[in-house]
Amino acid sequence: MERRATFDNLWIAAALIAPQLLLVFVFFYWPASQAVYWAFTTQPPFGGSNEWVGLQNFQQIFADAVYWNSVVVSLVFAFLSTSLSIAMGLLLAVMVDRQLPGYSVYRFTYFWPYAIAAPAVGLAFRFIFAPDAGFVSAVNHWFPNLWNPALDGVDAMALIVIANAWKMAAYNFIFFLAALQAIPRTLNEAAAMDGAGVLRRVRDLQLPLILPTLFFLLVINITESFVDSFGIVDIVTGGGPARATELMVFKIYSDGFKGLDYSMAAAQSLVLMVMVVGLTFVQFRYVERRVHYN
Amino acid sequence: MAPISIRRVTKAFGKTEVIRGVDLEIENGSFVVVLGPSGCGKSTLLRMIAGLEAISGGEIAIDGKVVNDLEPRQRGCAMVFQNYALYPHMTVAENIGYGLKVSGMPSSERRARIDTVAAALGLTDFLARKPGQLSGGQRQRVAMGRAMIREPKVFLFDEPLSNLDAKLRVAMRIEIRKLHQRLAATSVFVTHDQVEAMTLADRLLVMNRGVIEQVGSPLEIYHRPATTFVAGFIGAPGMNLIEATVTADGLRLADGQVLPLDHRRYPHLVTETAVTVGIRAEAIAIGTGDGIIATFDFAEELGNGRHIHLEIASTSLVAHIDSLAVFAPRARVPLVISPRAIHLFDPVTGRRLPEAVVEQIPTAVASFGEPLPA
Amino acid sequence: MIERTPVLNALTHVTMALGLVLLILPIWIVFVASTHDYVTVNRVPLPLWPGSDLIANYSKVWATGNFGQTMLNSLVVAIGVTAGKIILASLSAFSIVFFRYRLRMVFFWLIFITLMLPLEVRIVPTYAVASNALSPFQQMFDWLGIAVALPEWNLLNSYTGLILPLVATATGTFLYRQFFLTIPDELAEAARMDGAGPIRFFIDVLLPLSRNNMAALATIMFVYAWNQYLWPLLITTRADMQTAATQLQKIVPGPLFGQPPVWNEAMAATLLVMAPPLLVVIFMQRWFVRGLIAADK
Repeated sequence: MERRATFDNLWIAAALIAPQLLLVFVFFYWPASQAVYWAFTTQPPFGGSNEWVGLQNFQQIFADAVYWNSVVVSLVFAFLSTSLSIAMGLLLAVMVDRQLPGYSVYRFTYFWPYAIAAPAVGLAFRFIFAPDAGFVSAVNHWFPNLWNPALDGVDAMALIVIANAWKMAAYNFIFFLAALQAIPRTLNEAAAMDGAGVLRRVRDLQLPLILPTLFFLLVINITESFVDSFGIVDIVTGGGPARATELMVFKIYSDGFKGLDYSMAAAQSLVLMVMVVGLTFVQFRYVERRVHYN
Repeated sequence: MAPISIRRVTKAFGKTEVIRGVDLEIENGSFVVVLGPSGCGKSTLLRMIAGLEAISGGEIAIDGKVVNDLEPRQRGCAMVFQNYALYPHMTVAENIGYGLKVSGMPSSERRARIDTVAAALGLTDFLARKPGQLSGGQRQRVAMGRAMIREPKVFLFDEPLSNLDAKLRVAMRIEIRKLHQRLAATSVFVTHDQVEAMTLADRLLVMNRGVIEQVGSPLEIYHRPATTFVAGFIGAPGMNLIEATVTADGLRLADGQVLPLDHRRYPHLVTETAVTVGIRAEAIAIGTGDGIIATFDFAEELGNGRHIHLEIASTSLVAHIDSLAVFAPRARVPLVISPRAIHLFDPVTGRRLPEAVVEQIPTAVASFGEPLPA
Repeated sequence: MIERTPVLNALTHVTMALGLVLLILPIWIVFVASTHDYVTVNRVPLPLWPGSDLIANYSKVWATGNFGQTMLNSLVVAIGVTAGKIILASLSAFSIVFFRYRLRMVFFWLIFITLMLPLEVRIVPTYAVASNALSPFQQMFDWLGIAVALPEWNLLNSYTGLILPLVATATGTFLYRQFFLTIPDELAEAARMDGAGPIRFFIDVLLPLSRNNMAALATIMFVYAWNQYLWPLLITTRADMQTAATQLQKIVPGPLFGQPPVWNEAMAATLLVMAPPLLVVIFMQRWFVRGLIAADK
């Protein structure tokens, strides 16, 4: 990693990196430290001095069933949408990787959903899955009131899971396909010479070899489901019905900006931050220890 | 162990034809080396035998059975790949035994077979390692082991030694040869290295631009190249090729000098016919006084002799000589060329002109005693 | 490879076609719904082919959603963020890779670790900073006992506020650093032999060489910035400062209360919001995929 040839005018070096460091300080580290500070104090940030209260804020949120609800909802959402999107991305990537005639059409279209903004995804699915119009409402004609995400919490959760998984499946597809195509073609050929058929090669060769990608995507998908899902929830369910889809990030937003309870929001932010940092850390660790074949 | 028949086989990728009609019979148990420059289609030919490429035209039969539509696993071939293609996530033992595992052999039996093969290749101590922990030579052996363990009818080698360093390559070459003597399986070996080709082959096949230029024993190919391509490609340096015109007293070069020609060998040659003359570097000697005169260009020291680069009739010419004579730049060098060392080719088609009296080709014969009783 | 697996091939084709339906049909439905009148769009089941009210729906929603203004805002933000990220990322990476000073790895990690701090986990305090961007410095001065009164710099309802907090980029810096590390030492040495200083070397050698890198980064960042939702939602209250994405929330009734949206117009708005990044991705496919994969490794 060390370069032999470098320049030595350190004033230039400092001037080049200063703008980004400034932004990082002002918009990342300062707010993050503020969140920590607020989480251990009470008093809104505008006006008055903050009073140190130790873990009181945390005790309060951890004693709150509504908070635990948001944790459970987030985990359920993360688990379901990650499994669904990974399974779908993987299946489609394995199929496309077979390079049967016409595969390039699919390769070219499958990743489109990932380009679409979360609120647009949300609104589209809200329509498609609307109980009285759109596409899925037909089931209500045959079985009245079977499907209504505005009233039924399970339906609402299913809806945001599907919307999020739809977008992330496209993302996962891109990565799985790239990983599959990075497997040297001769390995596949060697396995074919060894007598392994298509499915056998998927099991014995391709899946083990893309395991690092699978792991990486697991972490990314879970993280994304914690943070990036805000747009979908905000448009599709607004956290409802009866908090059935109130993800942690959505609760932080409504406590902080609707309820104006900064200390509670900060304490919740800190918990979410710890979860995200933990996940990212796992990912870094794994990147470093990544298996290098050959 | 099986003969292979290749009949009028062609291969096209889209509009580009890479194999343009190949006919070849490979005898049971023989070691055939396919030699050619890169892009000549030799690997494609091998991969068509393996079933890794579809055949565009013609047919391939292994052991008398047409295999055009058979999958690789149904053909009974094993292949050693250029970059070894070892499974990076499996141990050496799993790599070697994978084919048997797929075929459903019970693990105890498999284990025994793996141990035997590993012992034969000196891999016993490495069975638990992953390919990433092996040296190039060891990986090469694992690739061989994976091919051997299935006791295939046909061994296919796709430039298996090209990733090894020079010393290891010689050692592996010898091992492959020994292996073949022991297993006597039909083997097809593709390479662009002519030393490898010469040393390994029972039969050597020279390919260029999707067609077979010549098939024969290594010595035949060296001593009686069938085309100017083979003449120029085989040997280091390749055969010198000079344009000339047939006259009553020999072969007239562009500058008017005349090379000797034995008319009894080519009784049908009409005078004033244009020909391409081929002369091996070893067949040119430095003479005294007059005769054919060339201009000295520069010399390359080889240790066991030297290559003298000369110019004659605006064509460059290389002579391999043993003498330590030193020449001044642009010196006039008298040459001696025996008429027996002259090869003639059709300048248009590049084909060798037929000779009436065929020179004896030196052949390797077992004339040194009896083999020891086994 | 010769492979005779007709059943498996048929299954593969069926699965791929199903995948196409699942992944692309929703986009098609959005389009179809945006071309029908109010009655048709609420019919069950929805027709699968476009109707004749495309122009009517789009011109209506274009006006009610103020999309002329908000799409322009989104474009300004997307371009601003993209350009800012590329400039900052390349400059920072240049400093880290081509200069030798002790803190450079510290700086790199400082930038890189921001990956762990997505906006969503620090929204409230970040909002507070945006209401006065100089407040962090003011507070630090106060603590240190330095009596300096900095002016207030309010970023709410401004392009600066929409753009600046999104410009710092761990991904981009990482990508550029990886690329710069592949530049052979000889190139920098040759440039120095030719008498080029660091700035010249950056402009004349590194920037032209990094064109592919730049295209890939620009594609993913444009899409990222256009699709921003939470941040613009927070810091813009004025109607003329909304972005296209936040406008979606404004034109439909909230999901919890009220009557259902006017679907044909809502879908027209949805398509307006999704179209620009979708087109960028379709036409810059190669760069988008390359950028995504390079950025997340």
